[in-house]
Amino acid sequence: MSIYVGKDTRLITQGITGGAGKFHTLACRDYGTNVVGGVTPGRGGEDVEGLPVFDTVREAVQETGANTSMIFVPAAFAGDAILEAIDAGIEVIVCITEGIPALDEVRVKQAVRASDSVLIGPNGPGVISPGAQAKVGIMPGYIHKPGGIGVVSRSGTLTYEAVWQLSGLGLGQSTCLGIGGDPVPGTLFVDTLERFADDPETEGILLIGEIGGTAEEEAAAFVKEHVDKPVAAFVSGATAPKGKRMGHAGAIIAGGKGTAAEKKVALSAAGILVAESPADMGRTMQAVMQGQKV
Amino acid sequence: MKLHEYQTKARFKAAGLAVPTGHVVNTAAAAGEAYEKLGGELAVVKAQVHAGGRGKGGGVKLVRSAAEAVAAAEGMLGKPLVTHQTGPAGVTVNKVLVEEGLPLDQELYASVVLDRNLETPVLMVSAEGGVEIEVVAAERPEAILKEPVDGWRGLDGFRARRLAYQLGVPKELAGKLARTLQGLARIWLDSDASLVEVNPLVTTTDGRVVCLDGKMSIDDSALFRQQALAAERDVAEEEPTEVRAREAGLSYVKLDGDIGCLVNGAGLAMATMDIVKLHGGEPANFLDVGGSATAEQVTTAFHIILEDPTVKGILVNIFGGIMRCDVIAEGVVAATKAVGLDRPLVVRLEGTNVDKGRQILAESGLDITPASDMADAAKRIVEAVS
Repeated sequence: MSIYVGKDTRLITQGITGGAGKFHTLACRDYGTNVVGGVTPGRGGEDVEGLPVFDTVREAVQETGANTSMIFVPAAFAGDAILEAIDAGIEVIVCITEGIPALDEVRVKQAVRASDSVLIGPNGPGVISPGAQAKVGIMPGYIHKPGGIGVVSRSGTLTYEAVWQLSGLGLGQSTCLGIGGDPVPGTLFVDTLERFADDPETEGILLIGEIGGTAEEEAAAFVKEHVDKPVAAFVSGATAPKGKRMGHAGAIIAGGKGTAAEKKVALSAAGILVAESPADMGRTMQAVMQGQKV
Repeated sequence: MKLHEYQTKARFKAAGLAVPTGHVVNTAAAAGEAYEKLGGELAVVKAQVHAGGRGKGGGVKLVRSAAEAVAAAEGMLGKPLVTHQTGPAGVTVNKVLVEEGLPLDQELYASVVLDRNLETPVLMVSAEGGVEIEVVAAERPEAILKEPVDGWRGLDGFRARRLAYQLGVPKELAGKLARTLQGLARIWLDSDASLVEVNPLVTTTDGRVVCLDGKMSIDDSALFRQQALAAERDVAEEEPTEVRAREAGLSYVKLDGDIGCLVNGAGLAMATMDIVKLHGGEPANFLDVGGSATAEQVTTAFHIILEDPTVKGILVNIFGGIMRCDVIAEGVVAATKAVGLDRPLVVRLEGTNVDKGRQILAESGLDITPASDMADAAKRIVEAVS
């Protein structure tokens, strides 16, 4: 079993005719994902390496039975693309686009909450379940191994680093998911933790946070109450200055709140073993799986 | 992107909110003329810098004559203003705002920010205006009242009224105050702001509700559709290197250490700074070249790091996913050849096409220290600079 994506995934890409959209759609298909088509307004009727292109998401769903969408639409139009996917009844919407205005995300999140759709991202690498050979995102597929560790993160490349460490230690992954670096993510840490807790394939969880907001504190509270699987964590940004945005729109210590130190304290207090060094994310997970406690 | 007080107040005024009459000037003589133009006895001269805490730093002066206005402006213009937000060097004052003094009654606080937990903007008010809101929030959080702002409708009338009544202003001013609060929420939405703050928001003894101060920041991601605001950017207030990096599409933040960092991805870039520190070094910067950087961007990134005289060594940490290691390696080689490498350089590459990337570095003839993983890379660069 896997969460969010799997053997039942029928994927379309919104923005399939763009450079990144095309490249990653094909990479997902090569990995084993069931890709059924794509959408680019005005390009309906064309095809991309054998994949049919439609003008609208509704049409793509009607013609292909798509239930999952991956969005590469430019930031100015990405909010509308998410709304279109919700309207068409897409179940899992993975938005890769970075730099969407915060107000658009606020408005989109309202629509997500009022729907049955799940939004992963924006501004994240997507989601991959190696055991199901399902990849909906931009992560390099080959670093992943099937296994029992669920990885959830606010970062892209730092997640690759973690997965690379895990795979090197022989710890495969059930599902790896980036919730994205923006202030209003579609899916939160707690949403994913809830799924990992219920997923029989997931035996342990690695959570990778960063400065800004209180998502890690909420995750800690959730783990304490609802998760009895081993959990390890890392939080980046201990050296980040206050009041400066560190690349991600959501990675900012505002009004002295959202520091790495606060988050580590909250995670440790919930019984989660926190790696001090990013070089030790894999080893910390391994220690937790072998029964080490805080 | 931050706006100055005078830019914020122009925005407030255009939206129908009351602000004091004032003039922006950049010479002391013009400050005297501005005082005369205002025509009242009491006026205020306020330094226009992005940093908060101007009052305590000497950047806000009450004046009662043209001569006093000239003297106050002279004391500010062209000189550094040091506040708790500027660092010890301060920021140079290039403009002052000369405003009419008002017969103040109550001093309130109002702001609109994005509440990440509620996933919606919120309007925050306090009856304790004119002081640092962080202090109020820490010591008496119950003194801060909040209402959510709908992403489409703005601040609903009943919520605005509820806040106005709770703030305890005279009954006849509650309507005006509520409309002001709604106006601030509307400005937040219409400007794609990340912050709208009025501290203090005042009532006057002659029955007005006036935005005595004003501070705004605009969401950088929305500047493409806020071009009038984008044109108001004051780059003189920003770290020059950060301006250059932004123009090159790089995310860069200057720090106090001596190890320059070049990394792909924001999370990995922060983690790289952290691991440098864990091994006893101090990062000189945060630099994220992004997930799909070109060879040119890598070259610009190298230039930016090498031009910083405090940088004693460079650590490149790339996890190639979308970005191929051989492309990065070529960028590193091209950049170091173009810029001229005079400091230690440690490169850690992992991911797509890593063998090809490592080979390119090894065969470049350049003095590049390869590292096997993050910890090894941090150890090597810290040793090299100490």
